[in-house]
Amino acid sequence: MREVAVVGFTQSPSVRREPDRNEIEILIPVIQALREQTGLSSKDFDFICSGSSDYLAGQSFAFVSGLDAVGAWPPVCESHVEMDGAWALYEAWVKIQMGYADTALVYGFGKPSMGDLPLTMALQLDPYTMMPLWPDAISIAALQARHCLESGVLRAEDMAAAAVRDRANAKGNPNAQVKGDFSVQQILAEPFLVNPLRKSDCAPISDGASAIVLAAGDRAKQLRDRPAWIRGLEHICEPMDFGIRDLGRSRGTEIAARKAGVSNDKIDVAELSAPFTHQEILVERALGLTQKTKVNPSGGALAGNPLMAVGLSRIGECATRIWSGEADRAVAHATSGPCLQQNLVCVLEGN
Amino acid sequence: MSPSEAEDKTTQPVTVLPCPISLDYAYSAGQSASRFLRAIAEGKLLGQRCPVDGRVYFPSRGACPMHGVTFGDDAVELSDKGTIVTFSIVRVPSQNIALPLPYITVNVLLDGADTILIHVLDAKLEDVHMGMRVQAVWKPKEEWTTSTANILYFRPIDEPDAKYESYKEHI
Repeated sequence: MREVAVVGFTQSPSVRREPDRNEIEILIPVIQALREQTGLSSKDFDFICSGSSDYLAGQSFAFVSGLDAVGAWPPVCESHVEMDGAWALYEAWVKIQMGYADTALVYGFGKPSMGDLPLTMALQLDPYTMMPLWPDAISIAALQARHCLESGVLRAEDMAAAAVRDRANAKGNPNAQVKGDFSVQQILAEPFLVNPLRKSDCAPISDGASAIVLAAGDRAKQLRDRPAWIRGLEHICEPMDFGIRDLGRSRGTEIAARKAGVSNDKIDVAELSAPFTHQEILVERALGLTQKTKVNPSGGALAGNPLMAVGLSRIGECATRIWSGEADRAVAHATSGPCLQQNLVCVLEGN
Repeated sequence: MSPSEAEDKTTQPVTVLPCPISLDYAYSAGQSASRFLRAIAEGKLLGQRCPVDGRVYFPSRGACPMHGVTFGDDAVELSDKGTIVTFSIVRVPSQNIALPLPYITVNVLLDGADTILIHVLDAKLEDVHMGMRVQAVWKPKEEWTTSTANILYFRPIDEPDAKYESYKEHI
């Protein structure tokens, strides 16, 4: 395997609604800042890969204009996934492993505020038996939360505590959208949004973008004193049908974590992309994290949830903490699909 | 329908499932396109200049797609005259173009621009040719909105043809 590291990371602030800028105009300064951070220009990237969703943009092939932010002349080698940018990073990593590239630019962007996000998300369900019922994303997550509560997997207090932790951590994150000091009692006193979920159990709807530079071997060492080396990277997809999944745990995350070698050594920092508090707890358990790990120092997805960039940003948030020496070993998580259907786990190390 | 027929109907396998899908969006054009659209509502055609090679993009999407650099706030006002770079005579109807057949679609390179505008030309079929000089025909001013439909069509003007070298990059 080739040694590949995260050597650059930039992101836009997560905001509830970008009133003026379109998706590409949100992305342009993020890519510009990444060029300045790494000293690289577009012609230095052997491969470019992006993650976004035409369903958020409301138009087909919307991702193509994302290249306006990159500059595609002379012709570039690029690809796109209709997924979170974390999966675009996976594709870029494979490309580097295969020897087709030494450096890669990866970005993700989304402007879900343009549509009705919970309903838009219904379109990712099984098109024959579930989607025609138009179950919105919050209601689907609420069914999973109800299952977790009824089966004793977790308690409402645990869910509220996850929100309290993330929002307190997010106070130090200028890009976070939801932050501040809250108490478990405060959150449990909120009315239900969709029983048993309260508003504080749900990640916010966020517009935003983020971008990462990957580099292999010596190239990475030239670009960073202490690159964040990718030592494990796996993603696992569970079946589409909820009826044949155990919704009280995240099997996909468990398998991905095992394959990525999460438990091989201590984990200093974990960044999780679960968009609901009960899901965050399921992911935390699936990764086998203990008290020694600082979870979501940035606030995680519950503090800022720019769809299609939020998972990629988790990898970036881990990388920055490796670069600074704050962490020696970190794990980032990204998810896609309803009820943690697909999960990606990335282990980063400083040594 | 006899009882036995009704029974048959209920036991038929489902072969078709109508599933209408529609999603609503509150679309925002973005800062660059909004500036362009506000200007065209006043009869002005705004482009933006790439700081790397000086090419003028019309309309601008905020960044140069070749170099990936932002354009900033400076805009370039363009003439509504231009040159036909290439054309096509359309003889089949199209759902969103309510013109009598046949009609002429043209790629117009506006004077001062480096990207083409696709529009229609009001001219005799036998007259249209590459290099032909044309000008926009606008709707009456009181009907102008934030839409490129403010330009009804282009029509030929009495100017000598543009030289091939001046537009060959845009064919």
